[in-house]
Amino acid sequence: MMLNLDFAFLTPAVLSGYVVKGFIFSIQLTLIAMLGGIIIGTLLALMRLSGKPWLVMPAAAYVNTMRSIPLVMVILWFFLLIPLVTGRPLGAEMSAMITFTLFEAAYYSEIMRAGIQSIPRGQVAAGYAIGMTYSQTMRIVVLPQAFRNMLPVLLTQTIILFQDTSLVYAIGAYDMLKGFEIVGKNFNRPVETYLVAAALYFIISFSLSTLVKRLQARISIIR
Amino acid sequence: MIEIKNISKWYGQFQVLADCSTEINKGEVVVVCGPSGSGKSTLIKCVNGLEPFQQGDVMVNGISVGDAKTNLPKLRSHVGMVFQHFELFPHMTITDNLVIGQTKVLGRTHDEAMERGLKLLDRVGLKSQAAKFPGQLSGGQQQRVAIARALAMDPICMLFDEPTSALDPEMINEVLDVMVELATEGMTMMVVTHEMGFARKVAHRVIFMDQGRIVEDATKDDFFGTPRSERAQLFLSKILSH
Repeated sequence: MMLNLDFAFLTPAVLSGYVVKGFIFSIQLTLIAMLGGIIIGTLLALMRLSGKPWLVMPAAAYVNTMRSIPLVMVILWFFLLIPLVTGRPLGAEMSAMITFTLFEAAYYSEIMRAGIQSIPRGQVAAGYAIGMTYSQTMRIVVLPQAFRNMLPVLLTQTIILFQDTSLVYAIGAYDMLKGFEIVGKNFNRPVETYLVAAALYFIISFSLSTLVKRLQARISIIR
Repeated sequence: MIEIKNISKWYGQFQVLADCSTEINKGEVVVVCGPSGSGKSTLIKCVNGLEPFQQGDVMVNGISVGDAKTNLPKLRSHVGMVFQHFELFPHMTITDNLVIGQTKVLGRTHDEAMERGLKLLDRVGLKSQAAKFPGQLSGGQQQRVAIARALAMDPICMLFDEPTSALDPEMINEVLDVMVELATEGMTMMVVTHEMGFARKVAHRVIFMDQGRIVEDATKDDFFGTPRSERAQLFLSKILSH
C-alpha cells in the first residue's frame, strides 16, 4: 500500500497562518499551568505537611479528587459549569489556563511533598535555631533544596503537561494540534498534518527532556 | 541565664524527661552527659524550644520558653545552637551560611554581616574556605563553620548538642579547641557531650542524666572526684577506663 504522502502544501505561509498561533497558545498554556501549578502545588504540599487537620484535610481532598478524574472531564466540566455559576461564559483559552493550573497543582503538590520530605528534619531545626520563622525556614532553607532535589521530576511533569495541552480540543481552544487539524481539513491532507504534528510534539518533548538532564547536572547540590 | 524548672516531657506514653531542674549562670560552662537515651539531647532542645515539653518551664534570660505568647524565633536568635550533624545549609556557600541569619533575622546589612561572618570564619581558622559549599569541607571543618554561624548571631549563650559525636576521631580536637577557646572567653555554654577531657578542662559543672532524670548535678571536681550516684560511677568507669 502506498501512502502517497505529500507535504508540499505545508509552506511557511500556511504554517504561520494556522499553526503558529496555536503553537504559541500551547506554550503559553504550558508555562502558565507550570508556574501556577507549582505555586499552588507547593502551598497544597505545605498544607498537607502542616499536621493541622483543618489544613491537611481540604488539601488532601483536593489533590485526591483532581488525581481521580480524567483531565478531559475536568476541562469539559469547568468550561460548562463556569457560565452556569457566574452567568457569563469564559473563553475557551482562559478556561483552559485556569483548569490546567488547578489540575496540575494536584500533581505538582505530590512532587513537592516528596521533595520537602526529602529534606532532613535537622535542616528545619537549624533554621529555627538561628531565629528564622516557619515561613523563612521554608523559603530560605527547605524549599530551595526541595526544588533542586525535585527538579527532574517537576520538569518531567511539565513535559507531560505540554503533551496534555492537546486535550483542549474538547472545548475547542485553538492550540497547536487544532492548527494542524484545520490545515489538514483545508487541504484535505489529515494524515500528513497529523504526522507533522506528532513529529513536532516529539521534537519539543524530547529536547526538553534532554535539557532536564543537563540542567540537573548543573544545579545539583554539592555533597 | 538559663533556668530549667521541673520540666517533664512524654512521647505518647513514654516519659523522656522527668522533673528536670537546673540552672546555668552567666559565664558558666555546664556539661551534660549520660548514657544514650537518657534524654540529654531532648533536654538541651527544650532550652530553645525546638522540643516542646508538657510540664514545667525554661527561662532564658528571664523569658519563658514554654509560654505560648513568647516570640520563640526572637528568643532563639540570641541562643546559639550547634548540632550533632552540623546542619549547615548545603545549597549555600560557607559565606552565605554565615550571612543569612544575620541579614534575614537580625536585619543587618549584607556588608555588616559579611564582615562579622568572615571575622568569625577567620577565628575558627577557615577563612580560605569562604567560597566553598559545605559538602566540600570535612566534618570537622563543617562543625567549625556551624559554630561560627551560631556566633555570628552574637548569642548570649551557646547550646551544643553532641557536637563531636558524628566526627572522625582526628577531627574531634579541632572542634573541641574552638569550644575550649569560647569557654575560656567566658561564653555561657551548655554542652551535651561524652568528651570528658573537655569537661575536665573547662566545665564548671557536670550534669549526669539517666532515664530522663537529672541524677547528678555537681561541680566538676565533685563529679570526677566522688560521684554520689552509683549510676554515674558506673558510667564514668566505663568511659574513663580506656
